[in-house]
Amino acid sequence: MKVAVQSAPFDLGAELAGFGVGRSDVGAVVSFTGVVRDDSGAMEALELEHYPGMTQRAIAQIVDQAVTRWDLADVIVIHRHGRLGIGEQIMMVATAARHRAAAFESAEFLMDYLKSRAPFWKKEHGRDGTSWVAAKDADEDALKRW
Amino acid sequence: MIDVLYFAWVRERIGLPREQLETQAATVNDLVAELRAREPRYEAAFGDLSALRVALDQDLSDFDASLEGVREVAFFPPMTGG
Repeated sequence: MKVAVQSAPFDLGAELAGFGVGRSDVGAVVSFTGVVRDDSGAMEALELEHYPGMTQRAIAQIVDQAVTRWDLADVIVIHRHGRLGIGEQIMMVATAARHRAAAFESAEFLMDYLKSRAPFWKKEHGRDGTSWVAAKDADEDALKRW
Repeated sequence: MIDVLYFAWVRERIGLPREQLETQAATVNDLVAELRAREPRYEAAFGDLSALRVALDQDLSDFDASLEGVREVAFFPPMTGG
């Protein structure tokens, strides 16, 4: 299991190259990468503030829940903070399991919980000023399916 | 003494990321009431509690939770990770 909270970029290829490899109990690897997008056409950067001290622990607790619920051979969560440009990677999740259902479902579970329970706050920097990204009701509702 | 931390727009409205307070507040709600009575900038941050979340010693908690033994309280808007 790997949980990393960092401002530096990560190398998705390098992270996945050795993930779940060389094990006899891994038949499925799923990964998700979140990328900074610009919906308005006027965005210049996305800033992620976080709660040092709580962030690592909150993510580790979410990973623990996933491992309890699905039979996972390995998990990676990397989440960046700081100022990120359009197209930059924000975070990644990877899961390795015996079967694909567990790998897909646990990756979705991790994403749903990271979205609403990991202490990050996004602020958009645009040509017209800055604005905090509001949490969506749909994100909170997404937790109910688990 | 208790450490009180603010994040995102809560930090911006109050104008500082953290402070140490001497308080007799028994619950988070009591602490919020104390803060709101201090200055308008706190009222601006705490006016609508439904827009806020609270963590006690770095675990998510509730506004009616006790502050007994708590060393660090953090206030912030709903999280937007991922």
